[in-house]
Amino acid sequence: MSGEPNKEESDDNAEPLDLVRLCIDEVVIVKLRGDRELKGRLYAYDSHCNLVLGDAEETIYITDAEEEGDKVRTVKKQCEMLFVRGDSVVLIAPLESIR
Amino acid sequence: MLIFSFFKTLMNQEVTVELKNEVSIRGTIKSVDQFLNIKLDNASVVDELKWPHMSSTRDMFIRGSVVRYVHIPSATVDIGLLEDATRREADKAKAGTA
Repeated sequence: MSGEPNKEESDDNAEPLDLVRLCIDEVVIVKLRGDRELKGRLYAYDSHCNLVLGDAEETIYITDAEEEGDKVRTVKKQCEMLFVRGDSVVLIAPLESIR
Repeated sequence: MLIFSFFKTLMNQEVTVELKNEVSIRGTIKSVDQFLNIKLDNASVVDELKWPHMSSTRDMFIRGSVVRYVHIPSATVDIGLLEDATRREADKAKAGTA
């Protein structure tokens, strides 16, 4: 059921969340508030952008204020299944669209 | 509604709730409402050394809006069912607005 976009629907009443609908069971990148990023398989979402991700990898970007220059540390965490509250979500993108 | 139903299937499961203020709390989900407020039983703070003032708390109510993540045991989730329900909900929402 997942996969290519439906041509008839793509023009007239296309909605932004249609893209997310097509990402179900695909790997997505989610940018979050607080310099966080998630990569994982999308299992569920709703109109608030609440998400359920499988095999999620969280990356936290930490800038050390003390250091000179733009030193950015990253911390990575793994999680087999993760619910993400929608109000932290900034953007959702299918992995293959990232260049 | 979909996510609310999903949380109802997690009743009595042990989860870790990560809050927006970095505190992580591990406990058993005893109830959930439409705002995704959560009541946890047998709750304990994951990093007690960092947050010692929370250690005396056993049962707690967490306001939905302060939650960042909920870490869920994946064995309790039927992924196919969840994906189908998500597609159905998306189509229903779309039919309602068209």
